[in-house]
Amino acid sequence: MAELRTARSTRTNAGPGRLLIAVYLLFAIAATSRAGLQIATRFGEAPLAYLLSALAAVVYIVAAVGLARAGHAGRRVAFACCTVELVGVVGIGAFSLVRPDLFPDETVWSGFGSGYGYIPLLLPILGLAWLAKTR
Amino acid sequence: MIGTGSPVDGVPSVAAIVLSLLVAAWALVAVLRHRAPDRVQLIGLAVLELVLLGLAVLAGVALAGGERPGEPGAFFGYLVTLVFLPPLAAVLARMEPTRWGSAIVCAICLVTPVVVVRLQQTWELLGG
Repeated sequence: MAELRTARSTRTNAGPGRLLIAVYLLFAIAATSRAGLQIATRFGEAPLAYLLSALAAVVYIVAAVGLARAGHAGRRVAFACCTVELVGVVGIGAFSLVRPDLFPDETVWSGFGSGYGYIPLLLPILGLAWLAKTR
Repeated sequence: MIGTGSPVDGVPSVAAIVLSLLVAAWALVAVLRHRAPDRVQLIGLAVLELVLLGLAVLAGVALAGGERPGEPGAFFGYLVTLVFLPPLAAVLARMEPTRWGSAIVCAICLVTPVVVVRLQQTWELLGG
């Protein structure tokens, strides 16, 4: 019984974790299509912002896969992604306020994710909390 | 007269938004009651999908009639994403037969109206 509980508690891809993966998936789709479109149609306008959009897209995809794969490697990958996201959203959020000229177009992370209901700020925190809880 | 020619404005979009919010509310009740996704949620998602496909057909008819969205790339991106949202919710809900499955349905049904509104904006606006 205790074994069953520990086995279940280390899984990151069930219960609330599945909801987290679903939201990561939605952001992966949003960021990927946004970055793809921006880079394909008007890369010259704001290269820094668009490259950051692309980076965010990759991070969201890898984080979703890491959480979904649940093993030790998956946890490590998800931990790294959530950390990068948190640093990214706080760093880019602050940077986009200080130097708005470098960000003529929005990224997922500018304004601390305000264009996406601040969910980009919330996601890595929830991700890290979920990883800590399932350890 | 901005908007009069838009195929994604009017009754079908409003129906999609209202229906999506209703399914989200129903799913939220299920979450609060610790219930797995029920038949009502799945039927709601199916009807929502039909409405969204109808919206896509309307957009297709308008395009065939020579009309063009303000931001074609973004418009088609949102349209494709939109019709995949309810099936995604249904598949994930079936994979997670707990209250968290209902939470997934709720989350995706809250995102859907946002995508419908973005779809309308990308049809209409050119720079503002």
